[in-house]
Amino acid sequence: MSQNQQAHLRVAKEPSQERQKRMIGDHFDRLASVADGTCDEKVVYTFVPGNLTELIGAFGMLPVLPEINALQSGMRQQSAGYIAEAEKSGHSEDVCTYVKCDLGMLKSGNVGPTGTRLPRPDLLLLSYTGCFTFMKWFELLREEYKCPVVMLHVPYQPDGVVTPAMRKYIVDQLETVVIPAMERIAGKKLDRDALSERLARSAQAEDDLVAVWESARHRPSPIDGYFGGVYYIGPIFSAFRGTEDAVAYYCELRAEVEGRIARGEGPTTPDGRLDDQRHRIVVEGPPNWTSFNEFWRMFSREHAVVVSSTYTRVGGLYDHGFRHDPKNPIETLADYCLGCYTNLGLPTRIDYIEQTIRTYEADGFLINSVKSCNSFSAGQLLILRELEKRTGVPGGFIESDLVDPRYFAKANIDNRLQSYFQMLDARRLRHAA
Amino acid sequence: MSAESLVAEARSQVDDVDLGPVHAWKRANPGGLAVGTMPIYVPRPLIEAVGALPVAIFGGGDQVDIIRGDSYFQSYICHIPRSTLELALGGRLDCLDAMIFPSICDVIRNLGGMWRLLFPEKLSVYLDLPQTFDLAVGGRFFAHELHRIASLLEAAGARPLNDEALVAAIRVENVRRAALERVDALRRAEPWRAPASEVYLLARLGGLLPAAEHTRWLEDYLTAAQGRAARPVDNVRVVLVGAFCEQPPLGLLRTLEKAGCDIIEDDLQLGLRTIEGPIDLREGEDPVFSLARSWIERGGATASRYIGDDEKGRALVERVRTLGADGVVFAAASFCDPALLDQPMQEAALARAKIPYTTLKFAENTGQFQVVREQAGAFSDAVKLWGIA
Repeated sequence: MSQNQQAHLRVAKEPSQERQKRMIGDHFDRLASVADGTCDEKVVYTFVPGNLTELIGAFGMLPVLPEINALQSGMRQQSAGYIAEAEKSGHSEDVCTYVKCDLGMLKSGNVGPTGTRLPRPDLLLLSYTGCFTFMKWFELLREEYKCPVVMLHVPYQPDGVVTPAMRKYIVDQLETVVIPAMERIAGKKLDRDALSERLARSAQAEDDLVAVWESARHRPSPIDGYFGGVYYIGPIFSAFRGTEDAVAYYCELRAEVEGRIARGEGPTTPDGRLDDQRHRIVVEGPPNWTSFNEFWRMFSREHAVVVSSTYTRVGGLYDHGFRHDPKNPIETLADYCLGCYTNLGLPTRIDYIEQTIRTYEADGFLINSVKSCNSFSAGQLLILRELEKRTGVPGGFIESDLVDPRYFAKANIDNRLQSYFQMLDARRLRHAA
Repeated sequence: MSAESLVAEARSQVDDVDLGPVHAWKRANPGGLAVGTMPIYVPRPLIEAVGALPVAIFGGGDQVDIIRGDSYFQSYICHIPRSTLELALGGRLDCLDAMIFPSICDVIRNLGGMWRLLFPEKLSVYLDLPQTFDLAVGGRFFAHELHRIASLLEAAGARPLNDEALVAAIRVENVRRAALERVDALRRAEPWRAPASEVYLLARLGGLLPAAEHTRWLEDYLTAAQGRAARPVDNVRVVLVGAFCEQPPLGLLRTLEKAGCDIIEDDLQLGLRTIEGPIDLREGEDPVFSLARSWIERGGATASRYIGDDEKGRALVERVRTLGADGVVFAAASFCDPALLDQPMQEAALARAKIPYTTLKFAENTGQFQVVREQAGAFSDAVKLWGIA
């Protein structure tokens, strides 16, 4: 077998990956047809955490998620140019690079990650969940698009508790502000039955997603819960939650993962399958997107598999039992928004990671602190100390950025990770002795 | 007392990172709680109404060396949380019985979570300021938040909240607001009598004192400043924008003044000014709801408040024109997301209105002002000579 054939086998895509690729391609084709005027569907820009995808879908509108576009631009090595474009027009080097990447993309013709043009928004649906920058981002986009914005202010959970007042505040906003605004844009009333049907499909997909996440309890773990995990969350955190496509995708993914468990296989990495897993790691913080595969290889080369990550919970914390409830459609949207990971107070985040480390029997946890995201990053050095104190599991700390390649210092990060994994090895030997 | 003496005394109290005025208040009010509040806005009358002292915390400025605080924050986080933590870890905030962290940005929000973990014996409260400005929705939620905070303070040893005490506290607060507005009016009309660097200290002192006591300071200063011998100076009149949380060192304000800029308005002590005009009290209305209504209906435009259907920069342009300002100086703290994300929109609005502006960044412990002096000097010269920057 030639080297090329071997490489092909190593990275051969599974059916669920092909399905996801088709879903995304079709979605962007629909968006492109709106952009070129061959289709008149309404377009809603919104954010991943606290997204109201079922509601958007029930109106027959198409969602666009600017963070996803930004991270895709990062993966396709386009973000540096977009960020430079935004900084040239007066945006500070200090602020979120997702925002600057998105604005730069807009200034450069608004060509999306699949190479097709993105349509202008008919509505900016500003779900203010867990990240203050979202608000500024849509204020900036409103300046560019001159289109309506509707705000959904989601209260923060400082104590990790959802109070009736919080829920009511969101429900009131949905009923009196958000839904009426969407009805005006869509030109029709909300079909609440259609919404409930979508929510039922969401819950079905969420069951399968949680089964996929929890599969990492096995040894070897059949999934990588961070680098692989960002692909697994793609459909449910973006345009597809509540659709038949998402149900089919997660059913297929779950079956594939269960197959791997039965065969004792690990996940596929950029360098092939990782069956021999020496380190089980939990990761806090988003990945770097501009050097995503290089970053992944720094783990897989050391036989480190990520068994769980907090980034894959930014669009919903389903492994704590939450499921969308079709019987209470508006209240369940409120609870969903409230429960996104970065909407939780720091003590709750630490409790969650501690529990994750124990549940997945992790040997270590690593914090990837990204410059762009204060929502994640402010307080992470305390998270590091607290988790080490509570669990006795050693933590590692690296710094990078989301989509600004200037802040991915490859040699530095690689050195740190190698030292960290060597330390885990030494610790294991010491314990064995 | 002369204006200079009042300002010197105000400065000594503001610079006292050991919070001498708070200790003095606690000695005079045994059992009273001191409640720290982070920027920007926490309704102070609510705290005074339960017999507690609201204490505005603005970090350590250029008064403290940061050692432990730096070990909790990455280099790309702004300065105020690290110096605030430095003070607390060093015991200098021990006199505070509680802290309130309002929802102005992700960093201050997360600092509130850190506080709970680092100081579990102290009450730490997050205040969610509504971003939905419908009274029946956002107003009701905010009133609920304020009732919740009053209950938490009561559980920590404060007096129970009652309507009479709150109405009285709001009235006292309104008197203070009126006094502050008179001082601001003097600064706008005759900045050589009440320069911004002085007014800033007088306003900031109010964050450490009960409203009634602060009012006396303001009135004394007003009297002294109006009567002082001062020569009008032909400076440019500027509005300073962007320093609503982390405060610039006093040296930066003085540098701007020396460079020929009279700062006739700023957002430095926004907490005391964010509600435009007095807090309305209505017959038969829960006074807590009156506080909420004042925020919903008359909360001023700032970077951490959602713009709603308003036009970004409109308020700033209108303010510049109303005040007869010649230009705007943007001064944001490094890594301050709200201010820095807001700035391009504000700049665009100024450019459309043909209002000159210049921009600079600072940290609370910035010690070198030569560059600022040159930049501000060039700006004031350009505005004076050509009306442009």
